[in-house]
Amino acid sequence: MKSRITHFLAISLFILIGASFLAAPAWAGKKKDTLNIAFSKELETLDRYFNTAREGIVMARHVFDNLLYRDPVTYEYKGLLAKSYKWISTTEMEIALRQGIKFHNGADMTADDVVYTLNFAANPDNKVRTQRYSNWIKEVVKSGPYTVKILLKKPFPAALEFLSGANPIYPKDYYAKVGTKGFGVKPIGTGPYKITEVIPGQKIVMVKNTNYFKDSPKGQPSIGKIVWRTLPEINTQVAELMTGSLDWIYLVPPDQAGKLAKMPDLKVVPAETMRIGYIVFDAADRSGKEHGMKNPFKDLKVRRAVNHAINKASIAKNLIGGESRSVYSACFPTQFGCEQDVKKYEYDPSKAKKLLAEAGFPNGFETTLYCYRNRPFAEAMVGNLAEVGIKAKLMKMKYAALREKSRAGKAQMQFLTWGSYSINDVSAITSHFFEFEEDDLARDAQVRDWLAEADSSIDVAKRKALYSKALKRIAEQAYWCPMFTYVSNNCFSKDLDFRPYPDAVPRFFQAKWK
Amino acid sequence: MLIYTLKRLGLAVLVTVSVSFVSFMLIRVSGDPAIALAGEGASQEEIEFVRVQYGFDRPLIVQYIEWAGRALHGDLGESPYLNQPVAGMLKERMGVTMTLGVSALTFAMVLSIPLGVLAAIRPNTWIDRIALAISVMGQAMPSFWFGLIMIIFFGVHLRWLPISGSDTWKHFLMPTVALGYYATPAIMRLVRSGMLEVLASDHIRTARAKGLRWPKILFKHALRNAIIPVVAVAAVQLGFMLGGSIVIESVFALNGLGNLAWVSIARSDLPVVQAIVLMLAIIYVFLTFVSDLINAFLDPRIRNV
Repeated sequence: MKSRITHFLAISLFILIGASFLAAPAWAGKKKDTLNIAFSKELETLDRYFNTAREGIVMARHVFDNLLYRDPVTYEYKGLLAKSYKWISTTEMEIALRQGIKFHNGADMTADDVVYTLNFAANPDNKVRTQRYSNWIKEVVKSGPYTVKILLKKPFPAALEFLSGANPIYPKDYYAKVGTKGFGVKPIGTGPYKITEVIPGQKIVMVKNTNYFKDSPKGQPSIGKIVWRTLPEINTQVAELMTGSLDWIYLVPPDQAGKLAKMPDLKVVPAETMRIGYIVFDAADRSGKEHGMKNPFKDLKVRRAVNHAINKASIAKNLIGGESRSVYSACFPTQFGCEQDVKKYEYDPSKAKKLLAEAGFPNGFETTLYCYRNRPFAEAMVGNLAEVGIKAKLMKMKYAALREKSRAGKAQMQFLTWGSYSINDVSAITSHFFEFEEDDLARDAQVRDWLAEADSSIDVAKRKALYSKALKRIAEQAYWCPMFTYVSNNCFSKDLDFRPYPDAVPRFFQAKWK
Repeated sequence: MLIYTLKRLGLAVLVTVSVSFVSFMLIRVSGDPAIALAGEGASQEEIEFVRVQYGFDRPLIVQYIEWAGRALHGDLGESPYLNQPVAGMLKERMGVTMTLGVSALTFAMVLSIPLGVLAAIRPNTWIDRIALAISVMGQAMPSFWFGLIMIIFFGVHLRWLPISGSDTWKHFLMPTVALGYYATPAIMRLVRSGMLEVLASDHIRTARAKGLRWPKILFKHALRNAIIPVVAVAAVQLGFMLGGSIVIESVFALNGLGNLAWVSIARSDLPVVQAIVLMLAIIYVFLTFVSDLINAFLDPRIRNV
């Protein structure tokens, strides 16, 4: 017996020694002045003109600079690489560049770089992935060593938004030498961080650009090094954050975020983003006209009934949490032109039932609710619909597949979401969905005309009035059932001074260690 | 034996071709690749542009034949998403997946063979039951769940092991166990039944009658015979491991083939998914082929089937 105990102890000791040898000192972070962050998606390339994921925007803000800068709080446009800008006519803008700005390789940033980059992006032959960001540019011409003129194809009010949100400026000589492929793995910009190491699919290492120009409205970078990892599984990200191997993650589901918030070393900031969730109906009756399907949603009363049936406040509060709130207009509240004084359909099941009865469905009807993400939210909607007699079958599909079905006119009721590419203007959402493009299920000519007129006007008051009219009619006709804003749970180390913004583009160049 | 080998080889080739064909079709009908590639919110023009540029507008069968023709020449095409040659991407990540697969199989063998032997020496006793329970648990638990549990225990609470990445051998410990444990029951049951059969046979009785020491009988005479079918099963299990690594690699963020498959499916990066399916199918078919040959070599009766 005694020998057995000795045996057991020896084995335990052996395991313990082995274990202590294995124990990895994971605490990097503040001590090493290294910010460890993770994103779910791998970036296809670091060339911003050839990637489409949100991660690409985040990366670009750190490595490159745009001509303009949009203040994340006031939404005011300021010069970034541009010292000043002015409209000469509705289709011509003159930009004076700052002097003395250097790329990470030491080259001077001049008008040649701006002309080269923007003309490259605007030329369809170069097949940039982000066509919509630059296809409004007709040509960019050099008017001096540090001045350029941007010529537009037609008046385009979102020009400032796209010059500040997209279209980073590249070094002409370097890009021409290494090409898109070379630039994609070894990009050079003027931004607050420079890239020092890229392991595709695994990590990207950035270090502080100590020569970053002093007047930049972005401010000066503070943290010395950023290690950006790709971790596809959110549970793994959460575990790494809990052990201190990561200092920051975002888009954490509410239940996980709730647990992280209880940990002493971590902070959770559930920040509202520009993404909204909404239900869209086949109001134009394509499913009926083209496919002979029975379509209750062509009836305004049914669409209004659904609007009254969905308890959006409850989904926002209980399922999304944080700063999520109900929306009633077909846009994100801070967006330019997002009229809030529209017809509001409050949660009222009895009114919904009454409307259904008036529409000839006293016992409701059977239908399908399509969605591509957030199944729990969609399940709550199905529950709400069941309360008023609409028996909706839930069908979750891949985004591409659902979109195909919708564009074929076969999906009558869809729960969709839209992030407006973080553009603070309703042209990025309402105009996108109501101007008779493929995703327009309402096909209301009146709405289209108002929106189109507003889109091409640069008269602020006029735009506002036109968008207001369009949004009021959209609500009146209940083409959509706008529901709630999304929240991104930013979870990070308490050592980190970090502030999230509604555009959901984290700005680590503003972050500091406490 | 030669005819048998040729027959098996023909079958293997047929299986590979069918797998590649079916997967090609399935992947394409699961969603419009042009929409996926153009990104969320792309306009119809952008989508059409992508569709024509990448040739998705042509008939499926034409696309398949063209792809297969090039694949035969070792050209797996280029990933439209990453703009890189697929062959290079696979080569880059093969190492991680192979390391994981082989170490998981080794782990499975190291765990299951002794368990199987123990269970066979004391059949229908509590030792047998415990051995069974240990191995069946491996099959009952979904590997991703087991992986997460290990992460919570060894990674978060005890902080003994790194959670994600593939930088050092320590990074491979948890994924190896998570993946290997799943294969344990099959091997363990095979060892157990093999051992039971061999231990009851005449030559073992003779060996015992000769007065040979028990360990010698067990390892030299019994296990040697019982382990032969295990080798064949292990080859097939390795195929399973390589396929099963899709989930495990994404849980532990190992940058191997499985992870690549996972993200490529999500972003409809067809050439990559296609190439991985083909590659795994070839490996799996090859391993099955080898295991068939081993079995036939060991057991002449099979050759006549």
